[in-house]
Amino acid sequence: MDTATAPTQTNYINVAHTAKSWLLTRDHKRIALLYLISVSVFFMIGGLFALLIRLELLTPAGDLFEAETYNKVFTMHGVAMVFFFLIPAIPATLGNFLVPLMIGAKDLAFPRINLLSWYVYVLGGLFTLAAVIGGGVDTGWTFYTPYSTAASNTHVILTGLGVFISGFSSILTGFNFIVTIHKMRAPGMTWFRLPLFVWASYATSLIAILGTPVVAIAIVLVALERTLHIGVFDPTLGGDPVLYQHLFWFYSHPAVYVMVLPAMGVISELIAAFTRKEIFGYKFVAFSSLAIAVIGFFVWGHHMYVSSQSAFAGLVFSFLTYLVAVPSAVKVFNWTATLYRGSISYQAPMLYAFGFLGLFLIGGLTGLFLGALGLDVHVHDTYFVVAHFHYVMVGGTIMAYLGGLHYWWPKMTGRLYNEGWAKFAALMIFVGFNLTFFPQFLLGYMGMPRRYHMYPEEWQVLNVLSTAGATILGVGYFIPTIYLLWSLKKGEVAGDNPWGATGLEWQTQSPPVTENFPVTPVVTEPAYAYAHQEKRFA
Amino acid sequence: MFNIPLFPDSASTFAGRVDALYFFIVAVTSFFAILVVALVAFFAVRYKRRRADEVGAPVHGALALELTWTAVPLVLAMVMFYWGASVYFAMAKPPANAMEIYTVGKRWMWKFQHVTGQREINQLHVPIGQPVKLVIGSEDVIHSVYIPAFRVKMDAVPGRTTTLWFQATKAGRYRLFCTEYCGQKHSGMIGEVVVMAPGEFQQWLAGGPATGSMSEMGQKLFTDLACVTCHRDDTTGRGPSLAGVFGSQVTLQGGRTVTADEQYLRESIVNPQAKIVEGYQPLMPTFQGLVSEEQLMQLIAYVKSLGTKGQAPGQTAAPAAEGAQAPGAADTVTK
Repeated sequence: MDTATAPTQTNYINVAHTAKSWLLTRDHKRIALLYLISVSVFFMIGGLFALLIRLELLTPAGDLFEAETYNKVFTMHGVAMVFFFLIPAIPATLGNFLVPLMIGAKDLAFPRINLLSWYVYVLGGLFTLAAVIGGGVDTGWTFYTPYSTAASNTHVILTGLGVFISGFSSILTGFNFIVTIHKMRAPGMTWFRLPLFVWASYATSLIAILGTPVVAIAIVLVALERTLHIGVFDPTLGGDPVLYQHLFWFYSHPAVYVMVLPAMGVISELIAAFTRKEIFGYKFVAFSSLAIAVIGFFVWGHHMYVSSQSAFAGLVFSFLTYLVAVPSAVKVFNWTATLYRGSISYQAPMLYAFGFLGLFLIGGLTGLFLGALGLDVHVHDTYFVVAHFHYVMVGGTIMAYLGGLHYWWPKMTGRLYNEGWAKFAALMIFVGFNLTFFPQFLLGYMGMPRRYHMYPEEWQVLNVLSTAGATILGVGYFIPTIYLLWSLKKGEVAGDNPWGATGLEWQTQSPPVTENFPVTPVVTEPAYAYAHQEKRFA
Repeated sequence: MFNIPLFPDSASTFAGRVDALYFFIVAVTSFFAILVVALVAFFAVRYKRRRADEVGAPVHGALALELTWTAVPLVLAMVMFYWGASVYFAMAKPPANAMEIYTVGKRWMWKFQHVTGQREINQLHVPIGQPVKLVIGSEDVIHSVYIPAFRVKMDAVPGRTTTLWFQATKAGRYRLFCTEYCGQKHSGMIGEVVVMAPGEFQQWLAGGPATGSMSEMGQKLFTDLACVTCHRDDTTGRGPSLAGVFGSQVTLQGGRTVTADEQYLRESIVNPQAKIVEGYQPLMPTFQGLVSEEQLMQLIAYVKSLGTKGQAPGQTAAPAAEGAQAPGAADTVTK
């Protein structure tokens, strides 16, 4: 096949046009687009709240909002971003679209469950939106007890219900991916021929199905204590507030890997495609995903070094935290080594991948500061932590998400976007991001606590820099929305494989037909077999 | 606004230790960050695609390299782990001669009470050179005591008693923050620590209103709440005698032993059924809701004044009376 694909060819988008054909679709690719639209809505909502936070922090005094409003703003920023954007973003959009394509399957194993997962997500989202519109919630995205059960008089239950419901959507998606990857690989697609994005999606799915039920239970217990005064967490009812933190972080720490592992998978794909080279140490990269998923379950207590948790528990959690840092380092070294003797192209998706490497490097390395027990005592719950997890979860995940979106956009839509604008946006996001969050490391080490509506005057300059950066970042995130939408109508027709990449998804037409492949492909070589394909580009 | 600090004040014995670890990790991480960025930049330029049909070289990987870049980060990570743990354990163990100050977080203020009875709100006076141990409780939700210049932090958890200790090294006024989100005025739950030369501190302590010491207040409560009817000085009471109990190993029903620390005393008051001392009946009613967090602290202070293991009754650590006086030290404002 070559680039002669005409846009009028039948594909999964133009096969039917009715609203019903979208809302009742069982096609993983259409469901991926439904997710793309809905997570983008939450990204915009979360982003708007972020903007409000940075506006308030432009001055030391609490002059833009009442304290109570500010508390709701940062809570809703966190809830919208974490539960409704970062967790589903890559798995539910790129994962949904790509996992079947990459393994040569017609669809996911359970197409109806896949559609159900989207409805569950939307329902959860509506509950949370109802809470926002009805006056908001002020507990912080962490819902710490006993504040959330005994003190807050905002919409804790409604928001919690939203998070609880949407959790089922990740469980359903995870379960669907695991079954699909086990049972539906095309002939010849052995485990060690799987693209690394599939490995990462597999590891992510394991975390989602094992961890999500625990946070769901924790949220139900919060709701029960709030309504029926069953004493679980509130000490005046005989409960233990620190127990909540154990339950919450048992999921919410691995959830960081739900955000970051798929991002790492995307980066592996991008680096392979834009160096036209197989990933250095493929097996090490694949197994490091699993190692992160497994060890990541046993590090939750590093959020609790000053919570009155026993010092010996802290010791074990710190040790395991340092252990889980190693596979991440291994991945970074392997990506770097992949560049060696590659054929490196600077197209827009690769710029996002470079951006990811820079931001994830800082995010990952600053985790080493927080893992150290005695040092974490000082920086815990300060802006140092805020900066660290934004570098990992926003710098890492969103950079990879956007890189992936740019890379697979021609496959998803059949069109190419404007390359110049895409490069410009990547640069703006990188610069804006660093300007926003780097000053926060300095603020954090000086002791600026997180979730503060007001702060001492001597910290204003760094906060102004951060707000300035956030403005650039906001514009940077907005630009792709415009040129990507523009490309749908006016973009150059992409052809089946505009990047000259390996991978089954590039061997079918763009956009693919509903069944993905006219004939089930047979796989005869490992992933990223660029060296054998020199003639393709001749 | 034109004074732009980039590093916190250092005013406790921990500050230097934490900063040393910080700079060590800064050095290690900077090295790796620069190494990776330099390699990426070099490769990106050196191996830039030159022809449209070019592909990368067939390089699969190298086991020796994989092992090296697994082992080296692992070793460095273990150094950080060990170093961080050693600082943490020093923080977790207050010296025996530490001066105790009872601290209660309440939305949205910090209440302190010295053993001699002086109370303070959102301000804490401490002497230079004397280990100070904060015994921390909360009246409502979780708060956290944080003094950046000392590099220390500890949550105030309702239903528990936690401790934090430091030894101030430099006179001045330092910020104290609540760092666990606690609702509306969380960012207003701030205070300052006033570090004074020991002599000045003694003067300050003597200048406070005479309300009686913490243990005296605790003793009065002990009588008012009728604790004294069961917990007698001898072994004839229905409850165990509390003389010398603090710091001792208590044998519970079933043979388990626990150390009678602040947390144990507190639990025994608000949830007496949780741990029954061997040889006694579970008769004691709960005092949950009947005593405030501060009264609990006073009761604990009283029980402590009944002697600790290896220490005669009444000899709980009192602040040192002597020491050089740094002129005007406490007036230096260092934020």
